[in-house]
Amino acid sequence: MSNVLVFIEQRDGKIRKASLEALTLGRTLAAKTSGALAAVVAGSGVAGLASEIAAYGAATVYVADAPELALYSSEGYTAALDAAVTAFAPSILLVSATMMGKDLAPRLAARRRASVLPDVIDLDAVAGRLVGQRPVYSGKARATVTPNANATLQIATPRPNVFAAAKADAPGAGAVETLSLGELRIRAKVVRVETAAAGELDVAEADKIVSGGRGIKGPENWPLLRGLCHELGAALGASRAAVDAGWIDHAYQVGQTGKVVSPSLYIACGISGAIQHLAGMGSSKVIVAINKDAEAPIFKVATYGIVGDLFQIVPALTEAAKKMKS
Amino acid sequence: MNHVVCIAYVPDTDTKIKVGASGTSIDEAGVKWIVSPYDEYALEAALRAKEAKGGTVTVLTYGPAAAETGLRDGLARGADEAVRIASEGVGEADSLAVATLLAAQIKTMKADVVWLGNKGVGTDAQLVVPMLGELLDLPHVTLVTELDWKDGSVVAHREIEGATEIVEAPLPVVIGAQKSKAEPRYASLKGIMAAKKKQIAVKKPADLGVDIASMSGANAAVVWTKLELPAARQAVKLVPADDPAKAAEELLRLLREEAKVL
Repeated sequence: MSNVLVFIEQRDGKIRKASLEALTLGRTLAAKTSGALAAVVAGSGVAGLASEIAAYGAATVYVADAPELALYSSEGYTAALDAAVTAFAPSILLVSATMMGKDLAPRLAARRRASVLPDVIDLDAVAGRLVGQRPVYSGKARATVTPNANATLQIATPRPNVFAAAKADAPGAGAVETLSLGELRIRAKVVRVETAAAGELDVAEADKIVSGGRGIKGPENWPLLRGLCHELGAALGASRAAVDAGWIDHAYQVGQTGKVVSPSLYIACGISGAIQHLAGMGSSKVIVAINKDAEAPIFKVATYGIVGDLFQIVPALTEAAKKMKS
Repeated sequence: MNHVVCIAYVPDTDTKIKVGASGTSIDEAGVKWIVSPYDEYALEAALRAKEAKGGTVTVLTYGPAAAETGLRDGLARGADEAVRIASEGVGEADSLAVATLLAAQIKTMKADVVWLGNKGVGTDAQLVVPMLGELLDLPHVTLVTELDWKDGSVVAHREIEGATEIVEAPLPVVIGAQKSKAEPRYASLKGIMAAKKKQIAVKKPADLGVDIASMSGANAAVVWTKLELPAARQAVKLVPADDPAKAAEELLRLLREEAKVL
């Protein structure tokens, strides 16, 4: 029997989809081992989220509610998660591998002298022991990882957009347990949040991405790609070449030194497909390559390809997508 | 202000990866090793801070003797001292073991800022920065693209999904460097010559009071049970591009009807 605890990430009172994916995965693992499923949420004024969490099967929802937790902090949220681990004593803890999760899970792990199966794209429990899979070495190999056989707390961070989120057939009880944290010691504090341009989808969270590389020739051509993004409901991404050329901010960069993404659709326009780029998008479900050079390595990983001039193909795609919608 | 920059020596991202005889790690024969690219951004930020405000920069690594090449490169770029925690005779060490060793060494130093790359390229685990913060009982900030200095504190720009968090933290602090606009410098010839003369301090885990055998190899908190090359993707399905409008319609049809992603 493995009791499973899942950390629920919220921003501005909204639960992140990646957390619901982790919760759904947690439900599967708990069912497989006949364990109980609980969730923990931290923030300010977040107790109302319990019913949404219960819909995904959580029997118990631990709530850490304090004004100091309104914005994320490593130390404040680690204290909250640590209190939930003490209260529920799970053998499995899941934290989605978002920017928050990748900051939080290892700090909690070190406090518990445990470690993390990081950024897994496959996760199972075999005789109560987690077994995860993850791409390593820029996606050139895949490692199977497992916690030490003697680990009492097993932690994994599932990669966002890889696991499905689905409500439970019958909702969990969702009993709210309030965590008392005592005085919080938060030294590193968020003093301000600067959000990206309004209405822009972020590449790290998007289900569809249209990405541009050196082949787009200059920043004046982003509107071409943005037009396609608009029709497909996709986020805009960029390769390192485009970022290094100063054509777009680093926040858009996909790859080894940018963001790791797993959308269901990734359209690479004028991107050659250097290994560092493939490391960031290789786990996308469907990859489309549009490139003049038939020998470009991107075609080796692509599901579909068009060898041609993106300045003709992309506008045609935008037009066709518009037609398809109407 | 004293900066400690932790660097990792990792397989070059362009290197060909083969699975070793153990079936759980890579075959290191013929692998080219580099300093993990994010660590170079960390080192660059520390060197710039030293140039602006004085102080010292120490480069620190956990690894085999070959990793001293990376330390030597750090010295050549402008670091003052270098320390290697020797990995000789240690089984596979996971992130918790590495963070434990780094923490034990850093506790013996007077560090105001501990710098690391946000992740080590290769294993890409991205665990050590928060673990080190916790083990040193210091605040940490990950994903830092920019850092401003205040009296006794730092203001870090942290790049998250769709936003930048501005985080203020008192010193000492642990910083995980993301790629930034401050491109890493090359070592000058003078720097390379000077670095050749410098001593690299070598510490064994036992010197630091760490019983590494109890947390590495079969005792590691995370064990790699298998390493394999990913299954080859199916060959690309090419859509003829002679007529862009037709190609676009055919591609969308495939995405909708065959791949079912639209």
